[in-house]
Amino acid sequence: MRKKLLTILFSLICLTVLAQKGLPKRPDPPRLVNDFTGMLTPDQQQAMESKLVAFDDSTSIQIAVVLIESLEGRDIAEYAVELGRAWGIGNKENNNGVLLLVSKSDRKIHIATGYGIEGSLPDITASHIIDEQIKPNFRENDYYRGLDEGTDAIIAATKGEYKAPENYRKKKGQKEIPGLLVLIIIFIIIFFIKRGGGGGGYYGGSGFRRSHGGIWFLPSSGGSSWGGGSSSGGFGGFGGGSFGGGGASGNW
Amino acid sequence: MSTRNIVLISIIAFILLLGGCGCSGYNSLVDKDVKVKTAWANVESEYQRRSDLIPNLVSTVKGSANFEQETLTGVINARSKATGITVDANNLSPEKIAEFQKAQNELRGALSRLLVVAEQYPDLKSTQAFRDLQTQLEGTENRIKTSRKDFNDAVGDYNSSRRKFPMIIISNLIGFPEKGFFEAEDGAEKAPTVDFTK
Repeated sequence: MRKKLLTILFSLICLTVLAQKGLPKRPDPPRLVNDFTGMLTPDQQQAMESKLVAFDDSTSIQIAVVLIESLEGRDIAEYAVELGRAWGIGNKENNNGVLLLVSKSDRKIHIATGYGIEGSLPDITASHIIDEQIKPNFRENDYYRGLDEGTDAIIAATKGEYKAPENYRKKKGQKEIPGLLVLIIIFIIIFFIKRGGGGGGYYGGSGFRRSHGGIWFLPSSGGSSWGGGSSSGGFGGFGGGSFGGGGASGNW
Repeated sequence: MSTRNIVLISIIAFILLLGGCGCSGYNSLVDKDVKVKTAWANVESEYQRRSDLIPNLVSTVKGSANFEQETLTGVINARSKATGITVDANNLSPEKIAEFQKAQNELRGALSRLLVVAEQYPDLKSTQAFRDLQTQLEGTENRIKTSRKDFNDAVGDYNSSRRKFPMIIISNLIGFPEKGFFEAEDGAEKAPTVDFTK
């Protein structure tokens, strides 16, 4: 029985790792601006972060800016959908996240829109923002200006569509801790194994399946409840928003 | 006498357990079936979105002087063929899905050809209307790809649970048939590329 438990724990760890395979890890503490390339200086990152956090606080729209070194041969649109879903950019009810993804060595830009943003930021608008705000500045190697003007344009387009509910900031700070969630799931697993041992063979089977449900549930619930303590003025955490392939790409 | 009772009781207990197991399995299969149908509705609406873009694309291209008529007719024909094939959400058999996919892939091929041919018409290519249509087409292809992947995931989940014991007995009895996937194909997975640097 101990062996069984270990196997389950092991597969739980594997699954959590697999869910993030090939993608940058969700930042901890949570941040909206994530530069893995050094294209932006720390000051520039901070300035952009403050702007985007303020927009999130007032509208609940989360615009994440992610700069990566390379796509490793993958399609940028596909990569963006996976990353947006894995991090859960935007909130779960409205799916109002935007991901501005830049791959440095591929010289590619992509704006991915969550399901709830497709109306206010249609593909054509996203494409125009890339063409008119981002690309010209990137070609002059002024990455900060390109991203700053690009995010300004995204803000201008999406403003007014959503309003942050009351206590939005406070609520985000009070989310459960994933560690606690894991503990609860482990208890449930132990409970079902014990029950399986005592009852007939079929109860054991059904209990095992149900605990599997718990494991599968973990990555998505991790997305929604992730984000522990928010410091004053900082970003409160992603909300579990989803993406469906909307948006536009460009090269510079 | 008492051994007979014990045997009887254990048989009844076994049947009850199996039944209970089957019931919860049945309910979860119903949920998964609904998920597959929802995912299918998404797939259909994304393909519909592409189909809806085509009249606009055709009229924009037609405005360009002497555009290759053959390519245009190819797209129009492939579109009417593709929209002619609809799949009932209650019958998502592998054959039906394959038929649907084949027709949609023909349309996709015709569209890619049109975009390649359009490269030879600089006047057309530089118009804002055409560039916007290219953007929309590209976004639509990405949405199709995502919705297909979600559909395949839902079908995989459904198929694997219906095949497991004791569900396999119940699903064959009540009629939870195996559902079809979208097959990945060479080239088909690649969205028509739009190079913005040109």
